[in-house]
Amino acid sequence: MSSRPEIQAPPEIFYNDDEARKYTSSSRIIEIQAKLSERALELLALPEDGVPRLLLDIGCGSGLSGETLTESGHQWVGLDISQSMLDVAVEREVEGDLILGDMGQGLALRPGVVDGAISISAVQWLCNADKSSHDPRKRLKAFFESLYRSLSRGARAVLQVYPENVAQRELILSFAMRAGFAGGIVVDYPHSSKSRKEYLVLTCGPPSLSSATPQGIGEDADCSNDESSEDEENQAVCVSDRHRPRKKQKLNKKTKGRQWVLKKKEQMRKKGNAVPPDSRYTARKRKDHF
Amino acid sequence: MRLLTHNMLSSNIKGVTNGFPLALEVTKLVTKPVDFNPDFLKNMLLKVEWKALVEASRAMGYAELPEQTEPSMVESEEFLRKFHHALLELHLEEGSLVCPQTGRKFPVCKGIPNMLLHEDEV
Repeated sequence: MSSRPEIQAPPEIFYNDDEARKYTSSSRIIEIQAKLSERALELLALPEDGVPRLLLDIGCGSGLSGETLTESGHQWVGLDISQSMLDVAVEREVEGDLILGDMGQGLALRPGVVDGAISISAVQWLCNADKSSHDPRKRLKAFFESLYRSLSRGARAVLQVYPENVAQRELILSFAMRAGFAGGIVVDYPHSSKSRKEYLVLTCGPPSLSSATPQGIGEDADCSNDESSEDEENQAVCVSDRHRPRKKQKLNKKTKGRQWVLKKKEQMRKKGNAVPPDSRYTARKRKDHF
Repeated sequence: MRLLTHNMLSSNIKGVTNGFPLALEVTKLVTKPVDFNPDFLKNMLLKVEWKALVEASRAMGYAELPEQTEPSMVESEEFLRKFHHALLELHLEEGSLVCPQTGRKFPVCKGIPNMLLHEDEV
């Protein structure tokens, strides 16, 4: 991922009027957002008794994810930091209420009122320090603590994230655990680099059977091994060549040789390039300089 | 912004211990019809701070809600209809929310409350 929006500008500036319109007029983005929020709602595992719940959508943007919530009959309140995105949401006449707010400042909600929270591709923004007053650790702490408070007991929060690297994922997860959440990361399609999606599934309250992390889609039974082996790969230390004995280094070194150089020179001559004449010095190693 | 959201919002300025309920200053309000769902209302009745809802609905010019609730009232459709109207159909379009402790105003514009804090309030 070379063009991560997170490294371009702070969210309230990156999602300006143009970007907000682009975001909502692209059928591809709409489809992805709808799929992500459907999966998030599934992971939320609300009791299926037909009673609408009050849900929170963190980083609701133009309300694409909220639409999925409305379709399944729930009431929702959305929070976003970008005025332009919320303006688009108002234009699209979404059903839920919208709040302009910064999740890194903590959610301005009364304790225990929300039945569940979802967030699509938003939480990784907290890892950035866009202003001199921003400290990612403080902002993550404020966010998770206020989220924990505002959820009712036993409620779940499903946060789909795009962490930049392993360290960022661990940072987010550690602050969630520190705030008192139980749960973990569910990875859908772990073997695909494109459709791989990570969800933080957090449960409010002490760990129990119901708070066990669900299985991701498209992974085998040994998915946990896969996860850890991948982490190891990333953390593996490269053994530097200079610590090896000199002799071995020499043996391992494979140069192309005089024959190869002569062949190449001949080829270049045939092409009509200017090539220096062959001599006994051709393809000989230069003298070591101190 | 519906009163449902108002009933959940609380001021989170640094140092404020009791940021609930936020007072309402109404400049413009609109009413939008919403489908009536008694199950949701019964569920919400347990969560809503009733006193704050009554005061907020009065500030919005709707004085039909009773001062107190009783468990038996859940069965009365008339009561649920009133509750439904106050909770979901009244929208604050323009105005502001006032923090009860510090008096800081959070402006509401196009129905969206601006809860962004300044750097010294975090």
